[in-house]
Amino acid sequence: MSTEAVASAPAPTKSRFHWEHLVGLLGLVLLVAGQYMGLFVAPPERMMGEVGRILYTHVPAAWLAMVAFTVAFVTAVAHLFTGRRGLDWATEAAVEVGAMLNVLLLIQGSIFARPTWGVWWTWDPRLTASAIMLLTFVGVLMLRGAVRDPDRRATWTSVATVLAYVNIPITYFSVKWWRSLHQIQSSPETVADPMVFVLRLNAFAFLFIMIWFIARRWRLAQTLARADEAPPLPAQEAT
Amino acid sequence: MTEAMKRRLFGVAALAVAGAALFYVGMSDMGDDLVYYWTPSELIAAAEAKEATVRLGGMVKPGTLDWDRDAQQARFTITDGDHEVPVHCTGNPPQMFREGIGAVVEGKLGTDGVFRTDRVMVKHSNEYEAPDGHPPEVQTTLVDE
Repeated sequence: MSTEAVASAPAPTKSRFHWEHLVGLLGLVLLVAGQYMGLFVAPPERMMGEVGRILYTHVPAAWLAMVAFTVAFVTAVAHLFTGRRGLDWATEAAVEVGAMLNVLLLIQGSIFARPTWGVWWTWDPRLTASAIMLLTFVGVLMLRGAVRDPDRRATWTSVATVLAYVNIPITYFSVKWWRSLHQIQSSPETVADPMVFVLRLNAFAFLFIMIWFIARRWRLAQTLARADEAPPLPAQEAT
Repeated sequence: MTEAMKRRLFGVAALAVAGAALFYVGMSDMGDDLVYYWTPSELIAAAEAKEATVRLGGMVKPGTLDWDRDAQQARFTITDGDHEVPVHCTGNPPQMFREGIGAVVEGKLGTDGVFRTDRVMVKHSNEYEAPDGHPPEVQTTLVDE
């Protein structure tokens, strides 16, 4: 009897090697190379000078925050239709990593804005939408933290994530739909060739690190869920 | 109704609400009533804008900038191609400020037709260019000096 209980208990944590560490390592190597090139190899920007180099972290942070929230949206919808618990963990992981990138985006944008635009912050449509984006997803995490029942928590998180996701296309198109101080999207045609390459390098670095973080956070959620749902320990069972 | 059905129903409802909200924001003419800045044409056309704090945006007309850095005074003209507004700025505009660049100024249009501001913001275009289009090696050394 007691041996069965032991067998069904979660396996003790072993330091196993997971695939995502390879992705993370690749991301870190690309990040070091990309930031080195961004700081020392790429030319300064004609108007902004050396300050323009923040492009290589600000733009990847913006792109990957949106990618992370898109991952969360997809896993949230998939969870609502399949009910698979693993998809709920993925939503939690992607929302947290996306929120972190969103914070990074706002801080870097502010540092970028002061010397170029002349202000740390202004209620421009793009800036406002990016701030709302962070607040809504922090709201999703707060809602999640307030629900105890795992099934209900998963459903509520998924529904809230789908609703919060409305703001991602709004943020993306804000510079086209409304008059803003923030410039519209750049394209390879509007960015000098050596800068495009360095930007891509850094974007891939951020992408791989994002995948690494989401995968690690997913495993943490899995471990916590298993600990939460584990059968009582034999000693407790006996009493 | 089973739990799975209920969850799928939530899924369909959430997607419908999200889609409707996005459609509304994207298709409505919200941007026409709610603007981050006014153009010179709009500002001149709106009599009620006099003495109200607004943002005015446009291009700094080439040949109009008179900037005394020591006295922290700058005078220039903001234009949208059709109309122009003379601007008097107290305090120095940001470093990137120059003629022919996009700018947004916060302040009030006086009854004398001069827009007074103490906050100038520079709008950067979506173009990122190396200085003067020199090959990167050359520019880095040029700019470092």
